[in-house]
Amino acid sequence: MKRAAFTVDEVVDLTINFYRRNYIEGLFLSSGIFSSPDYTMERLVRIVKKLRTEHNFNGYIHVKTIPGASPELIQEAGLYADRLSVNIELPSELALTTLAPEKNYQEILTPMAQIRDGIIQNKEEKALFKKVPQFATAGQSTQLIVGASDENDLQIIKLSDSLYQGYGLKRVYYSGYVPVTDDARLPQVTQPPLVREHRLYQTDWLMRFYGFEADEILDPAHPYLDLEIDPKLAWALRNRHLFPIDVNVADKAMILRIPGVGARSAERIVQARRFSSLTKENLHQFGVVMKRAKHFLTCRGMAPATLGELDEQAVRRQILFGGKAVRSALVTQQLDLFAQAG
Amino acid sequence: MSLPTPLRPPTTSTAVGPIAARPAAPELRNPPADYTYDGSFEGLLTVLFRIYDRKSAPNSIQPADAAQGGLFVQPVAIETDETLATRTWDGLVRFMPQEARARLYHVFLSEDAERELLIFRYADMALRTGRDISENYADATVRRCQRLAQQLFREKHRMEAFVRFEKAQDGLFHATIEPDFDVLPLIGSHFTKRYADQRWLIFDKKRHYGLYYDLTRTDIVEFETSGATLRRGELSATVLDEREPLFKILWQAYFDHVNIPERKNLKLHYRHIPRRYWKYLSEKQPRERRFEPIKNKRGPNAQAALPGPTPPPSGEAS
Repeated sequence: MKRAAFTVDEVVDLTINFYRRNYIEGLFLSSGIFSSPDYTMERLVRIVKKLRTEHNFNGYIHVKTIPGASPELIQEAGLYADRLSVNIELPSELALTTLAPEKNYQEILTPMAQIRDGIIQNKEEKALFKKVPQFATAGQSTQLIVGASDENDLQIIKLSDSLYQGYGLKRVYYSGYVPVTDDARLPQVTQPPLVREHRLYQTDWLMRFYGFEADEILDPAHPYLDLEIDPKLAWALRNRHLFPIDVNVADKAMILRIPGVGARSAERIVQARRFSSLTKENLHQFGVVMKRAKHFLTCRGMAPATLGELDEQAVRRQILFGGKAVRSALVTQQLDLFAQAG
Repeated sequence: MSLPTPLRPPTTSTAVGPIAARPAAPELRNPPADYTYDGSFEGLLTVLFRIYDRKSAPNSIQPADAAQGGLFVQPVAIETDETLATRTWDGLVRFMPQEARARLYHVFLSEDAERELLIFRYADMALRTGRDISENYADATVRRCQRLAQQLFREKHRMEAFVRFEKAQDGLFHATIEPDFDVLPLIGSHFTKRYADQRWLIFDKKRHYGLYYDLTRTDIVEFETSGATLRRGELSATVLDEREPLFKILWQAYFDHVNIPERKNLKLHYRHIPRRYWKYLSEKQPRERRFEPIKNKRGPNAQAALPGPTPPPSGEAS
């Protein structure tokens, strides 16, 4: 494939002129490898250094580090970038070696650990001294491609979980695979797996903001996320003995686990219930999606949910198809594709 | 350009601590009245003071030029008093935390038709309740204030992103906006910090005033109706910097090229960039030249592969 590249000055000139017109909030800087990893990384560092030191660029900068670049260059990039990322690309090690032969796990995990330690050290120094140079103040992130290799969702979320826990990542981005060329060596897919990508993001949120453990959401017996319903609802249907939850007395941790209750509505519930006992109308006003939630909670003046009498399939059907339920066109479309494929 | 006036958020004269011992709320025992004021936030704060001074609750509070009274209603016209306004503003923080007080100012900026009564009701409730009410979301007034403040914050956030400057020959960066709410007073500090080394002007066409930063300070500016170069705040093409059209085209080219057709999701797109804002977005203007998404994405065989059955498993690669 033919490749093209900007010179350092071209990127700087374009970026600063886009920035000064407020076209862009910041810069995401990435590159294919030219000559050698260090040659490429050195050019990226030169760009961000110029923008920050010569052109008063105050926007956000995210630098995608080049695999195999030397620690010194990564360290220097962190002085000017708000965020650094080391991309995993393909989640399972096996897939990684067949599809991206120039990468290996050490090349990914070593710089991740270096950035993690740099951030920790920077925080400690800031607590001690007044003037300390910044180092990747917006943390580090990574991206992995979903659907190009055959790892399952359980492997993916276990990997994310270990990155959040072990490497202090701010975000893991999941990118449904879109083929860039039709090279026969690359996997062929008809449509990017957008629903799967969406469910992975929902799971990621459950782990970061809703207190869920990866093992609670999926297990070896159920290694794939349900495409029809969101992962919290799927979890709740498997754990119906824990419901219904009385929102006027339950712990916030448990309220967060009710399907249809978001992080913000959970916050509102625990704040507002100090003033008065909450009703169904209140919950609706706080943004709770009662279509899902009504099966799993009780509140003032509300009959206990029918959950106990209905089996999992019945609740599922009622939420998916009951009343005026409208499934998103995307889900319908993609499920149809699955039906055709199967 | 004329009339440099200070930015509008009211100033606090003294720092007042957290909610401390409060005087008892005065009873509003006189017959309710209809109030009018000059439409400024200071004016509304003066009205709040007068309400308790006269012990007469409001039926309505309206700007004098927009007041619609009943046939027999004789509104009480309140004259703005800066001293009383400052006293009221300082006093509010005895009944609510700083953030809740700031929220009332945001409710005012929302230009909602009921903003004045909402602010009165919130303040009055805070006065009569023994504790901070800002989290009592079951109450309609609290919820409405919260909602308006949230909408205003969203609009402020959008305007920080949707301003598109054009560079003039004299180095001034100029932008026109028409925000849903009066957010110029709120976005000034963001742009002052972000573009500390360039002169800029953001003009609110709906409300006929602008923010101007001259490398040392940011001020509210108003325009005479017949300016030569700044006709009603708009920059005519003749005074643009010579590289300005080039960057506009480059930006449009970038915007078109990074598009990924497979991920087209217009519903989401409209939610993040509602169409009413497109008017002033350079990337949403009609193109002199339309740029295609990067061409090397699919080879000639791709079409044949598309309608085919199950894709081959990825293991076959390499």
